[in-house]
Amino acid sequence: MNHPRSPHVEPGSGTVERRRFLGYLLAGPTLVAAAQLGVEPTRAAAAVPSVPEPSEVYDLNDLLTLAATPTSNLIAVAVHPDGTASFDMPRAESGQGITTVAAMLIAEELDLPLDRINVTLADARPELVWNQLTGGSNTTIAMYAPIRVAAAIARGRLLKAAAMKLDETVTRLTPHLGVVRAPDGRTVDYGELAEAAAGRETEQLETELKPESEFRVIGTPRNRTDALEAVTGRKKYAMDLDVADALPTMVCRPPTIKGTVGSVNNAAEVRRMPGITDVVAISTGVAVRGRTFGQCVTAIRALDVSWGPGTVDGMSDEDVLADIRKAEIPLAVPDVDPLAETVEGEFTFHFRNNAALEPQTAVADVRSDSAEVWAPLQSPILCQELVAEQLGLPVDAVTVHVEQAGGAFGRRFFSDPVIEAVEVSRKTGKRVKLMWHRVDECRQGRTHPMCTSRIRASLLGDEVLTFEQRHTSVATDYTMGFGEVITAMAGKIPPLGQGNELVYSDTIFLTTVNVPYKFGAVTQLLNEIYEYDTFPSGSNRNLVNPDVRTAQELIVDRIAAKTGKDPYRFRREFVDDERVLAVLDKVAEVGDWGREMPANTAQGITVHKEYKGAIATLVEIDCSPETVNREIRNAVTGPRVTKAVIAVDTGFAVNPRGLEAQMQGGLMDGIAQALTSSLHLRDGVFLEGSWDDYFYTRQWNAPLDVQVVVMPPTTGEPGGAGELGVPSAMASVACAYARATGTMPTSFPINHDALGFAPKPTVPPLPASPTNGLKYAY
Amino acid sequence: MPEHTFTLNGEQVTVDVDGDVRLLWAIRDLLGVTGPKYGCGINVCKACTCHINGKAFNPCSVRVADVGPDDEITTIEGLPTTVGEDLHPMQQAWLDHDVAQCGYCQPGQIMAAVAKVRQARAEGHEVRDEDLDEIRNICRCGTYNRIRDAIRSGAEHM
Ligand code: FES
Ligand code: FES
Repeated sequence: MNHPRSPHVEPGSGTVERRRFLGYLLAGPTLVAAAQLGVEPTRAAAAVPSVPEPSEVYDLNDLLTLAATPTSNLIAVAVHPDGTASFDMPRAESGQGITTVAAMLIAEELDLPLDRINVTLADARPELVWNQLTGGSNTTIAMYAPIRVAAAIARGRLLKAAAMKLDETVTRLTPHLGVVRAPDGRTVDYGELAEAAAGRETEQLETELKPESEFRVIGTPRNRTDALEAVTGRKKYAMDLDVADALPTMVCRPPTIKGTVGSVNNAAEVRRMPGITDVVAISTGVAVRGRTFGQCVTAIRALDVSWGPGTVDGMSDEDVLADIRKAEIPLAVPDVDPLAETVEGEFTFHFRNNAALEPQTAVADVRSDSAEVWAPLQSPILCQELVAEQLGLPVDAVTVHVEQAGGAFGRRFFSDPVIEAVEVSRKTGKRVKLMWHRVDECRQGRTHPMCTSRIRASLLGDEVLTFEQRHTSVATDYTMGFGEVITAMAGKIPPLGQGNELVYSDTIFLTTVNVPYKFGAVTQLLNEIYEYDTFPSGSNRNLVNPDVRTAQELIVDRIAAKTGKDPYRFRREFVDDERVLAVLDKVAEVGDWGREMPANTAQGITVHKEYKGAIATLVEIDCSPETVNREIRNAVTGPRVTKAVIAVDTGFAVNPRGLEAQMQGGLMDGIAQALTSSLHLRDGVFLEGSWDDYFYTRQWNAPLDVQVVVMPPTTGEPGGAGELGVPSAMASVACAYARATGTMPTSFPINHDALGFAPKPTVPPLPASPTNGLKYAY
Repeated sequence: MPEHTFTLNGEQVTVDVDGDVRLLWAIRDLLGVTGPKYGCGINVCKACTCHINGKAFNPCSVRVADVGPDDEITTIEGLPTTVGEDLHPMQQAWLDHDVAQCGYCQPGQIMAAVAKVRQARAEGHEVRDEDLDEIRNICRCGTYNRIRDAIRSGAEHM
């Protein structure tokens, strides 16, 4: 195959220069057009501030996008004889709306109605190497050009075929909503052209993309293409798949984190329980397979297992925090004018769970010479390679189907449920549909690592001279690499943990963090404790920024107070970016910043820039005793965010409605992380076991008034959305809380110290399902 | 094995399983009706919310032995036929407000919403903010505001 050239600007003869892009027409019975992933329009060099921080010149998204460039692999849009188009997307849809975005891009360039485009999720495609990882809010950024190029090439072919059929010239034909029209009114449907337009042999073609001024779909608010399936219950997740004989399977898990199986003392007895077909010890516990998941729970509760030690037996929150404190890098004594004042703060962020609503699930069918798995996966190629290694099979003997996820938030980078399902299937010789219990997810699932963030700033008069941040964290497991087993192995290079920290954690820290203010000498450093796998850790809807930025913004409010300035005015003066300034002004205006507020209530305002976007959030919080102490059965109430105004500029919003949804979701995460959501480590186990222990935002915590303002396009290129909303939301809630109560919070979530529930036992590891459900019918 | 008969989405069904198995698993694993979702199994997340004789309940916390031939269980799949339409007004409102993200909680949310509106009306009023605050269904994608808006518009057509 020829290596496609980079897109280039046509040497212009006139004033309008249209970029031309390279793509392919693929040989086949129907029309299939393709483009290379990694075809990115060359960007003009961004204006660089005088002392740029690493993430401003080269951020994580550049890393993810450029990682794509060397692989010459194609994504393809097909047009079928029934007049529909399809696209098998090498990314995971887990609620972020990327299938809708993909359909919109195709609809635009192909001039086909949205409801005639089917976007499915591609199986693992090992040849894509870097390119099948869903993370870093990178999907729209990386897919924007290639999907459109493929669709535009398909449209060009359809027009050619129509010209033949109608005996017209291409330039006189207009494609519109799946039909090509001739000037005399004759029409021909795309479906009738699909075969004629097909490639006889694979060839490289050039195409132009529609200019923004002609967009009719891109940039307009659209509903999700899978909404009807979702509201009718027809949308299928891995657990809903009808794979014959893949019976329900669950795992009896150890009473401490990463505990090991010693002996199973009553396997034969449990195997005879109603509905149970198999009981087998696996690496992570004792698996039980049966006719229903309910019977698996009952069997797990009956199992008598002797457990070996885990990785953090006997340890509690205080011990981890003490270890972090010991490892903290001292803050430098700034070499500044002796008259300068210092503002300092030290903040603790507790463990927290990804807590996707759909638990971990995987269906596996292992044969002697092949294996097939179905699971929601953000990193399917790595999963395929791990399974191949586990079974001693060549990679191409393993098929990995990527299923729609009921939320991911970073959790589904890790394929541990698949590895378990494969192990059970191999040991029993049967197909399995493996599911984690909610308790499993809280106690043995992935956790955002506990960390501290310390800041020291010095100021003289109206100027901030220095701003240092030292972030110290339990190691984050980045061995999901950026999707491919070889890079994942680099994270495990001995000595353990160091590879992970040097190769990934530091890289990710430096390419994602920044201080969005003009603050003189800024330094930010990360160091980690423990091995990468001491705790089952991972990212949790954004990597470090919810914590890093919350710490910063609280200190910014303190600095503002020292200089006698209002938090908004101070930020206005110091933000280092026009786009950030614009969103800041917008929320202040729409949210009526500075309005008179009753006692115990306050506003908070912060900004954030990441994923090639800028965001500001203004919240109002109510910390009055009536609100804080309101009673709801088995619920954490506490302070309530009553209002939020978010202004967001992603450069260019492909689907403003989807973007708005992402911002609302990010806000709910920010509220949870600031106020209520955390895991408590005690004696080697997390105490949480359900949603009435792990307090993610509920209806009674959600603000009644939420407004999202999507800013008009700025850069013209889409940025990331999925994680952008969280840091500023969390920071604004924290700042508002500080202003409402007069006390700056230093430990998050603020209710962590008071354990608001009675922990469930660890042996048996699962609670019985209640039987009194009818009592609560309403 | 004992047989248990009940009405599911308008049809009499019989499952042959231990009476202690919770109804959710009879519906999902034995009858293959997968609209009601599992999120906790202990009556907390409400992802499995269905109706029994028109009232919202959570089948993960009811034994199959505790329902009988006269009990009408409705899952999200059977909701439209209760109003003789292709979509219940609450489902239509969910589409109009583009509520769903990952969608996993939404069958349960819609079933809860319908019951909540009926409950408020039985008490002689329309749904208020404080009624909506009582909805326990988790949405981990954070669609709470759109849920509130959709319930209000769905109620107008109920
Ligand atoms: S699964 Fe029934 S309430 Fe959670
Ligand atoms: S839409 Fe994902 S949990 Fe509600």
